[in-house]
Amino acid sequence: MWTGFPLFPEAASTIASGVDLLYLFLVVVSVVFSVGIFGAIFYFALRYQRKTQDEVPEPIHGSMILEITWSVVPFLILMVMFGWGTAVFFRNFHPPEGATEIFVTGKQWMWKLQHPEGQREINELHVPVGRAVKLTMATEDVIHSFYIPAFRVKKDVVPGMYTTMWFEPTKVGKYHLFCAEYCGNQHSGMIGTVYVMAPPDYEAWLAGAPRGETMSQAGERLFQRLGCHTCHAADRPGRGPVLEKVFGSTVLLADGKKVVADEMYLRESILRPGAKVVAGFKTQMPTFQGQISEEGLMQIIAYIKSLESKERTTTQ
Amino acid sequence: MNAALAPPPSAPTPSETPTHYLNASYGFRSWLLTLDHKRIALLYLASITLFFFIGGFYAVLVRLELVTPAGDLMSAENYNTAFTLHGVVMIFFFLIPSIPAVLGNFLIPIMIGARDLAFPKLNLLSWYIYMVGGMVAAYALFTGGVDTGWTLYAPYSSTYSNSNVTATAIAAFITGFSSILTGLNFVVTIHKMRAPGLTWFRLPLFVWAHYATSVIQVLGTPVLAITLVLLILERSFGFGFFDPARGGDPVLFQHLFWFYSHPAVYIMILPSMGVISELVTCFSRKKVFGYGFIAMSSVAIAVLGFLVWGHHMFVSGQSVYAGMVFSILSFMVGIPSAIKVFNWTATMYKGSISYSTPMIYAFGFIGLFTIGGLTGLFLANLGLDIHLHDTYFVVAHFHYIMVGGAVMGYLGGIHYWWPKMTGRLYPEGWARFSALVLFVGFNLTFFPQFLLGYMGMPRRYHAYPEEFQVLNVMSSAGASILGVGYLIPMIYLFWSMRYGRLAPENPWGAKGLEWTTPSPPTTFNFDETPVVTEEAYEYVKEEKH
Repeated sequence: MWTGFPLFPEAASTIASGVDLLYLFLVVVSVVFSVGIFGAIFYFALRYQRKTQDEVPEPIHGSMILEITWSVVPFLILMVMFGWGTAVFFRNFHPPEGATEIFVTGKQWMWKLQHPEGQREINELHVPVGRAVKLTMATEDVIHSFYIPAFRVKKDVVPGMYTTMWFEPTKVGKYHLFCAEYCGNQHSGMIGTVYVMAPPDYEAWLAGAPRGETMSQAGERLFQRLGCHTCHAADRPGRGPVLEKVFGSTVLLADGKKVVADEMYLRESILRPGAKVVAGFKTQMPTFQGQISEEGLMQIIAYIKSLESKERTTTQ
Repeated sequence: MNAALAPPPSAPTPSETPTHYLNASYGFRSWLLTLDHKRIALLYLASITLFFFIGGFYAVLVRLELVTPAGDLMSAENYNTAFTLHGVVMIFFFLIPSIPAVLGNFLIPIMIGARDLAFPKLNLLSWYIYMVGGMVAAYALFTGGVDTGWTLYAPYSSTYSNSNVTATAIAAFITGFSSILTGLNFVVTIHKMRAPGLTWFRLPLFVWAHYATSVIQVLGTPVLAITLVLLILERSFGFGFFDPARGGDPVLFQHLFWFYSHPAVYIMILPSMGVISELVTCFSRKKVFGYGFIAMSSVAIAVLGFLVWGHHMFVSGQSVYAGMVFSILSFMVGIPSAIKVFNWTATMYKGSISYSTPMIYAFGFIGLFTIGGLTGLFLANLGLDIHLHDTYFVVAHFHYIMVGGAVMGYLGGIHYWWPKMTGRLYPEGWARFSALVLFVGFNLTFFPQFLLGYMGMPRRYHAYPEEFQVLNVMSSAGASILGVGYLIPMIYLFWSMRYGRLAPENPWGAKGLEWTTPSPPTTFNFDETPVVTEEAYEYVKEEKH
């Protein structure tokens, strides 16, 4: 059953080879230093082995030149590592414009994924090769961490906030999806598979997967069911502000501060309406904490995002 | 190896046995109410050894489970409990007290020419506090254990876990005070009780390392105590510190936890570095190279150690700029660590090097600590840590530091000062053999875990994909060798307490005040206060007999 001795996981994203190169650099530096230190110790241990029980060597107090050398040289090497690592990190941190958005919800012990077109998956993620994908992630319970070794990406999914990550697969295939943050009993069962598909296969999968309504349609239905529309009317401010075009805009708050209406702000305003009230409105909206699942919240936010113009379908 | 187990020399007759701290009085009371720092050190030695084997037992369970990919030996619940208890017991009840409470307690007063620590009753109290904490931990352990990981991350620990989180947190909370008191005692003792002529820059490096450690213990441990109180309040009474549904922030827990728990790593490794400085000079019979640099690097590590906690949180959603600052500061810790390694190596240059057991441990320490330190750079690196965080790479790294570093230093120190502590010599052949077994077993256990980590195997996994099996089997095989390596010293050290050859005052020809006292020392260490007239490690030719 010898399956070989691989030292690297598959490299299947645009950033993987960059991370591997950085890793190799650190491995080489480590090997050079280790060999140097071990070599010196072995050599000294053999060369200066005690010959007679009463020998006492000449004392050496130290050397300022050596101390400075072996402080400054490692310092410079460390700064190269820091600079290189930070550059890789920043390049991998910001998702490119126009990335496909997918929404992830972690819960003990499964990953639930929603595509904007409506397809939903559990512990499986289908993505096309060669296209950037941005994940917006939330958790229903404890901290989880979304980890795809073949892509060299990982991000914690933290209660009370959205975290995001992105990747662009470069190789068609099946890859591990792990939960990397210990989350309780079945932590090691909170795993799945990422399927990277050629675009035609992906289109076929999209067409074949059960889709039902899109995320924003589902969000709209929730919006009506929870009665949000009674205060957030489409054309004029009701008891709550108009939500058309609010996503991505800068909102003036009652306390004079300004905030960009991103996913985090919308989420907070639904769960803790009193936290950041829009100027000109009173804190009278009830909290929806505990009444909407994280998936539902993502759907409502998808719906609010979709409100580009004042063409909201009026309620029946 | 046989020579080592040769028949013991005839025991000395009572008439020729001088009075020392071990035979000055007898009976339980004389031990349990002792104020002698040396006896308290032995109380600690016995208790931490017990906890070491409890923690080791859980490590055995973990490694056995991981021999096969499927989670088949025990349930997920039991596995999670096993790795949690392994971590909790080893860190709070073995590693943190290990060198300071045993070797530090025994040696610091003697090394500085004092009769005892500044506060002997506080010293005894700290042992009792440790034992009370240990009892609470044992209670938690026997009533179902705890399954949160030793890191106790909220909100899993505060809201979701059904295990004994509160009891475990109380145990760690209580034990923390023993650590604070020991640190306080050392700081005061080192400031106020040095013998005449023993200036700060004549102190043995062991004392410098403990001084730096004590400062961390005194300043850092209260933060852990606060964190645990907040956790208990949230878990038991529903306060909303960490639970976002109640207005809390789970990332806050991580900041508070690592603000103590990263410096705690230096509580474990700094004393070990202090031991190694003593061993390398003694068995090179040569003044240490760059005394001031080694001493100050301990202080630098203690200070920098407080500023790097955020490197545990690069993927936890903290700001990217915070990540950058923590990354660069973490790299900085590499410099004082490297300075130590280079100075130890340079000390051997043109020395007179003996391959006695403690020196074998020192070689092992330098090798393993070097690997542990260098792999730390991988994790301080923002670009790499994203991939490596929470994988077996991290597990391998910190075991190289904590086991390869701290435990190797501890065992090296125990062997070095064993003749002083017990008045007996251990069997040299067995000792060298077991040091070698430990070294081989350790590397076989933990080196494969670096490879597993880069391959992407997450830590704390009860079951894992099949392609990781070969490396896991290697690791488990190594662990069985490692286990044997720990058992052998247990046996021969016990054996030597009764049957070992009698130790002379200074069996190694070492410098330092502790080697001017009888083996074992008398209760008050010195008949008259010594006067120090030279720097540390002044090996000079005319000293020879």
